[in-house]
Amino acid sequence: MKPRRRADDAPTTLEQLLAAKEIVVFCGSGGVGKTSVAAAAALGASVRLGAKVLVLTIDPARRLATALGLDGLGNLAHRVPNETLKAAGIDGRGELWAAMLDTKQSWDELVLRHAKDEETAYRILENRLYHNLTARFVQSHDYIAMERLFEIHSSGEYDLIVIDTPPTRNAIDFLEAPARMADFFGGRLLRWLTLPYRVGGKRGTRVLNVASRPFYQMADRILGSKFLQDIAEFFLNFQSMYEGFVERSRAVERLMHDKRTTFAVVTTLESAPLHEAERFCAELVARNFHLGALVLNKTLPDLLLDPAGADAATACIDDAAPLAAALAETADGALGDPTRTARVLRTIGESYRNFSVVAMREAELRAELARVPDVVARVPMFEADIDDVTGLAEISAWLYGAGG
Amino acid sequence: MEVPAPALLDRRLLFFTGKGGVGKSTVAAATALLASNIGKRVLLVEVDAKGDVPAQFERSPVGFTPREIHPGVLAMAMDTEASLQEYLKLNLRVPILGRLGPLARVLDFVATAAPGVKEILTIGKIAWEVREAIEGRADFDLVIVDAAATGHIVAQLGAADAIRELVDVGPLRNQTQWVSELLADPAITAVNVVTTPEEMPVVETIELVERIRAEVDVPLGTVIVNRVLPELFTHADEETFDALRVAPAIDLLRERAGNGAVAVLDGARLAVSLRRTRAVHLDHLRTAVDLPLLYLPYLFVRAHGLRVTRMVADALGAELGL
Repeated sequence: MKPRRRADDAPTTLEQLLAAKEIVVFCGSGGVGKTSVAAAAALGASVRLGAKVLVLTIDPARRLATALGLDGLGNLAHRVPNETLKAAGIDGRGELWAAMLDTKQSWDELVLRHAKDEETAYRILENRLYHNLTARFVQSHDYIAMERLFEIHSSGEYDLIVIDTPPTRNAIDFLEAPARMADFFGGRLLRWLTLPYRVGGKRGTRVLNVASRPFYQMADRILGSKFLQDIAEFFLNFQSMYEGFVERSRAVERLMHDKRTTFAVVTTLESAPLHEAERFCAELVARNFHLGALVLNKTLPDLLLDPAGADAATACIDDAAPLAAALAETADGALGDPTRTARVLRTIGESYRNFSVVAMREAELRAELARVPDVVARVPMFEADIDDVTGLAEISAWLYGAGG
Repeated sequence: MEVPAPALLDRRLLFFTGKGGVGKSTVAAATALLASNIGKRVLLVEVDAKGDVPAQFERSPVGFTPREIHPGVLAMAMDTEASLQEYLKLNLRVPILGRLGPLARVLDFVATAAPGVKEILTIGKIAWEVREAIEGRADFDLVIVDAAATGHIVAQLGAADAIRELVDVGPLRNQTQWVSELLADPAITAVNVVTTPEEMPVVETIELVERIRAEVDVPLGTVIVNRVLPELFTHADEETFDALRVAPAIDLLRERAGNGAVAVLDGARLAVSLRRTRAVHLDHLRTAVDLPLLYLPYLFVRAHGLRVTRMVADALGAELGL
């Protein structure tokens, strides 16, 4: 990936970056801790900027959802109570709000809004293909997340919206979702596929034109005509929403490119997520999205890079026996068994060496990555899981450069 | 019923699924390597073609046509359009595919409208290769699938049944019957779930195992727990370790081994804590899932490639008693 040239007035901290933005989209592959990082970034922004911040999460771990008070809320936004924040030692000027994305509910709302009348809306909602499309079609989550973001943003209720993206197989799909949706519902292919049903007058009467005949013969042989008819009926209904839908998709896409929107890519320094993150950064830049920050999560602490540590580890391994003998004389009863002490010294020396191999490889990668976006934040691996507001505050301190 | 773990490689079709980022592709590749080491010939199928699988063998990406990427290991990348073409050629004897028009776009479209179409083309192709192997027409014995992640695998495994619900008549309906039967046979098929001892992967694994049991008729094999950190100390050793971290021991260590002794002790402390946090998730997994569990150690390298694949294959072999 080519390093991007940095503008002189580019922000260098996450705080500076977010102060000028209204939307920040956190992306990255599964398992990198995106949800916690997004929540922590929102928490930090509310405190530091004194802003009203919403974090829109997609699929939080249960205990994190509970910590944010999100249990059973569906699409409703909810303010994280000041007492919860105070209990975690956070004295915020701002407000932290949280909401979860309920895909099914969001789709239903969308249909109700765009359908030409209630009857059409309910015909769509009851179609089994609608259920398939919205619940199982992976990209439908991407689209609906964007759509929901647009809806919340245009309400003007928040100073900043932090969104956690769905776990896509390919993060680029997320960005293309609005265009793809518009394309899908507005495309010639859909008109072509539903043509025999539209020109036939009475629904179900197939008047085939010459161009589509081989396709229908083929499709009939493979799928059976009842199935095709179901598809066509569904899309005839869905097409009635076409204009509203496409217009909306375009607006969502514009918002993603707006200068008030920025992207933050989260990754660990393991090879697979990192590879994905690098590809994603390059794609963002190539598509003219604003790549604001790169967050390196779950990194090993610097103490594993200490040359003195490496020397001490060697001493622990090579001189385990004499060290243990000396310790048996100096310390009290706990170190009375030199054989045991020597074994423990060797173990910790080897463990240090093991972990520093990984830490050194990470440090190299961090140095390479530092050239990519304006803001690079690093969050260490914590000894325990992050599942409460105190933990989020800790991540937040690292994100905003005050950790450690 | 569950077949004991050592019989794993005696089956004909092994799926490896799991939450993104847990090392599913590495484990699938390592299993293929292990099988080839004991004299089997393997077809390794990459479903979400990201080119990860051949990279585990230091080879460049493969296409729809299998290619040998390691002695005894053939690899192919799933491509639903190519799969449809092959299906049409084999089953419907369509003379001129050109008459279908823009096949890729039509397929994309139909697949978007009716999830199940792409899945059946994927699972159908896999099942077809397995049947070829069983009937001795293929040059491999075992098909290993680097399958879709947890969010998508159930739809894939259940595609054959789903198609029969949607499609009333026609060749497709008949064609899916044998696919379902092959997938349901515990002597042939096993779905293995790869996880790590972390909260979300464990939660997703438990949910996935429940969903597979409830929603599809495909036998489960093993749960493979990847990246398990070593236990540094016994209980008594840990008391010794705690004594080393305080005065007067720490002072003596600093004097004799240098100030870096603090970093070494803190590093060990981190290792112990990380192991302990993960142990809680492991316990949760053990109590919630009644499948054979295999453990693979955390590898203190941050590379991937053939060396890592070999290390994982060796560890897996040891777990399987091979």
